[in-house]
Amino acid sequence: MSQPIRVLVAKPGLDGHDRGAKVIARALRDAGMEVIYTGLRQTPEMIVNAALQEDVQVIGLSILSGAHNAIVPRIMQLLRDKDMADVKVIVGGIVPDEDAAALKKDGVAAVFQPGASLDAIVSFIRNSVGVQSA
Amino acid sequence: MKTVERQFTTISGVPIEPEYGPEDLAGIDPARDVGVPGEFPYTRGIHRDMYRGKLWTMRQFSGFATPEETNRRYHYLLAQGQTGLSVAFDLPTLMGYDADHPQSIGEVGKCGASVCSLEDMEILFRGIPLGDVTVSMTINSPASVLWAMYLAVAEQQGVDWSKLSGTLQNDILKEYIAQKEYIYPPRPSMRLVTDTIEFGARHTPLFNPISISGYHIREAGSTAVQELAFTLRDGIEYVDWALERGLNIDEFAPRLSFFFNAHSDFFEEIAKYRAARKIWAYTMRDRYGARSDRSMKLRFHAQTAGCSLTWQQPYNNVVRTSLQAMAAVLGGAQSLHTNSLDEAYALPGEHAVTIALRTQQILAYESGVANVVDPLGGSYFMEKLTVETEAAANDYIRRIDEMGGMIPAIETGFPQSEIASASYRYQQEIESGERTIVGVNRFQSDDQPIELLQIDESSGRHQEAKLAALKQRRNNQEVQNKLDALKRAAEGTENTMPFIIDAVRAYATLGEICDSLRTVFGTYQETTHL
Repeated sequence: MSQPIRVLVAKPGLDGHDRGAKVIARALRDAGMEVIYTGLRQTPEMIVNAALQEDVQVIGLSILSGAHNAIVPRIMQLLRDKDMADVKVIVGGIVPDEDAAALKKDGVAAVFQPGASLDAIVSFIRNSVGVQSA
Repeated sequence: MKTVERQFTTISGVPIEPEYGPEDLAGIDPARDVGVPGEFPYTRGIHRDMYRGKLWTMRQFSGFATPEETNRRYHYLLAQGQTGLSVAFDLPTLMGYDADHPQSIGEVGKCGASVCSLEDMEILFRGIPLGDVTVSMTINSPASVLWAMYLAVAEQQGVDWSKLSGTLQNDILKEYIAQKEYIYPPRPSMRLVTDTIEFGARHTPLFNPISISGYHIREAGSTAVQELAFTLRDGIEYVDWALERGLNIDEFAPRLSFFFNAHSDFFEEIAKYRAARKIWAYTMRDRYGARSDRSMKLRFHAQTAGCSLTWQQPYNNVVRTSLQAMAAVLGGAQSLHTNSLDEAYALPGEHAVTIALRTQQILAYESGVANVVDPLGGSYFMEKLTVETEAAANDYIRRIDEMGGMIPAIETGFPQSEIASASYRYQQEIESGERTIVGVNRFQSDDQPIELLQIDESSGRHQEAKLAALKQRRNNQEVQNKLDALKRAAEGTENTMPFIIDAVRAYATLGEICDSLRTVFGTYQETTHL
């Protein structure tokens, strides 16, 4: 039997609205993944360190406050610095189309905007991690 | 698309019968349960003449970028016929950080106005006479600091504090439960809230020192009953602390105010407001022995449900908001915020916020719904749904009483887990197609792009520059003395409000004042309940 996919669900920035992060964490767990939820107000350094220690294949970031352009590029840079560029980063939240395009250019694997289905997120993770280890 | 058997429930999952009739009123005592508008138990409203006497206050929650830009928006809204102001602060302000704090990077001005010192509060209300307008401030953990700044601006304008009318949100318990913008641990936080309630009872008789809020509990994914029950149980907790402080119930209870969500299930929401008034009236009279009618009347602000707005087909949000606003009006709200169509994307632009305000004006002046108090009173369905909602909420309140109150309940994660489960269940209903969200899981079409308010990083730089100049200009020794005095007061049992007011008058910043209290009280880390 294959190992379950390990995912870190993280909530960076000052925002405390964790409804989305918690729903996603539960859905991924119900889909058979191992989910580590960081809790609130994580700095980019804390998130990358947690990803390293927990040896995750995926980092899911939930950002609703509009601070994604300041926060996500720092996380991407830290991952590159620590030789962890193979960790897939997905972002969920209120991210306008043009910002989503810029984040993807910086290496973010996917951006899920409001209304995205849990199914779509689960499938995306399965496919992207599957492809990588094949 | 797969077919799913249609379930008839409210949006919160309460089963609904196809028809209601006289038999549904069995067990409902008209005098005990329904009554007359303006009389105990106020199920039908707190005023006999309701909106004929005075329309609800149209109060759009607003704030973005810098105090300068937000001040311009306030002047615009007042010119458009808005009748009250409501301040939205940005995340650093909500968390008690100045704009130059490392944690504030990327967040300054994004979700509201940045206010770091008395100087910013002066700018925020420039040209707005505080004696003539009611102002609501959505601020919680650092509420006493922002309120102190507001009182200091009133002082500068020559307005007597006893004439000030408005509302401080200041509801820390729902932060631990739902919105999570907390700084200190629960007990010192409750002490700060009690300080403001006591200070208000003595100095600001027309100002509501707290707005006990279900709005955020609902936005976090709760059911209508959970919203109602956790909010009222929070209210009971604040009352217990104020009584413990030595206040008399009728001295402060009339100024406790409430804030509820106006969600999409039309009748369920109206039943929720009716049940809220009834439970509170009985609680005040029977649990606390209140004598004054004013203590028993639950006054509330409503805001349409932000979480119901969709990113897809955003113009549909105008329709959702209209229906939700009508539920709030039929439910007897004292003031109302209607969300703007673009708020699934961003803070609202001027055009969108104008449509939201016009929605309220159309309800008030064209629809006729404001002509009669509690028009659904006496409906078999409405009366039945009201008593069911009341019973379910009272059951939760009893369970929390048995846990020893709301603080132990929060510490064990009880309300948090209940809400998380409800929100997951709701999301699964959308996933399975059991619940339809128009434009999202059914009736999809291509979206028309809408114009959005953009807030760039220049607000942060502007606020940082102002802070640096302020720290050069002010008397830093005086600031230090005032902060030291505040720390000593916080270590003891004195009311902290006068010390905070002294500190803001000396232009101590929000971050400095909150840091002083952090050193005394410590900070809070929650245990996550998935």
